[in-house]
Amino acid sequence: MIDATDRKILNRLQDGFPVSPRPFAAVAAELGITESDLIDRLAAMKANRTITRFGPFYDAAAMGGAFCLCAMQVPEPDFDIVTERVNAHPEVAHNYARDHRLNMWFVLATETQSGIADVAKRIESETGLPVLLFPKEHEFFIGFRVAA
Amino acid sequence: MNIDATDRRLITATQAGLPLVPAPYAAIAADLDLPESEVMNRLKTLQESGVIRRIAVAPNHYKLGMTANGMSVWDVTDSAAIELGEQVGALDFVSHCYLRPRALPDWPYNLFAMIHGTDRDEVASKRTEIRAILGDSLRADDILYSTKILKKTGLRLGKG
Repeated sequence: MIDATDRKILNRLQDGFPVSPRPFAAVAAELGITESDLIDRLAAMKANRTITRFGPFYDAAAMGGAFCLCAMQVPEPDFDIVTERVNAHPEVAHNYARDHRLNMWFVLATETQSGIADVAKRIESETGLPVLLFPKEHEFFIGFRVAA
Repeated sequence: MNIDATDRRLITATQAGLPLVPAPYAAIAADLDLPESEVMNRLKTLQESGVIRRIAVAPNHYKLGMTANGMSVWDVTDSAAIELGEQVGALDFVSHCYLRPRALPDWPYNLFAMIHGTDRDEVASKRTEIRAILGDSLRADDILYSTKILKKTGLRLGKG
């Protein structure tokens, strides 16, 4: 389990990692620990999967591309084969099984706006199932910080 | 913003993460055969233009004990949706909050909010809080728990 120092690190680093020559030293000074302690703890938390990623979060939309949440109603007996066919597309960034009539939810990330409809059509023809598209119309500011 | 070939190399080199070394930008610069100052300036420009949303850790909710993660969905009157969505997004247990088109008749919901908690009871009580905020503008709601992660790779930019 993580200790109090790890929690401080997680709370501090959910935004605003500096772009400067010694960024870990700057954050470590704020937290009252050493640069090497900060780096070692981040490496340990990455190794044990407390942290899934550390680095820049890129927005495909700002680069001219697009994201779209999609959903399908997949008959249970076909679930594995449909999963395989959907996941085979590199544009599928995440895919979750959910407990609902619409039981498969995935996110498409494409480098162009028209890419979303193209990939969705291909998935429809490969699976014989309709793909519902839920593009974001408005994104709300998030106050969320994992209270680690 | 238009990204050039060097930005694309920089994005490709950093999209899986920053190196955990004292001078990470110098390490990336050495890999790309660029000056460290250029790497830092390009990252700052990408941040200012919104291509980089943040430079940060992504904590694993499950490892932090938040094992119940539900996608709550709400059918909210269109005229009130923006104002109410802002209030829902500001809640400290909501990690993503979006307005999306309905897909009638299959799907009547237009407001999506991801809720995280230590168990489903906690998530249920948080849903009750959201219900109170939405009040008379709420027509129907549901929650979809994830039962399995089928794929999770995040954005992977091609070599271009």
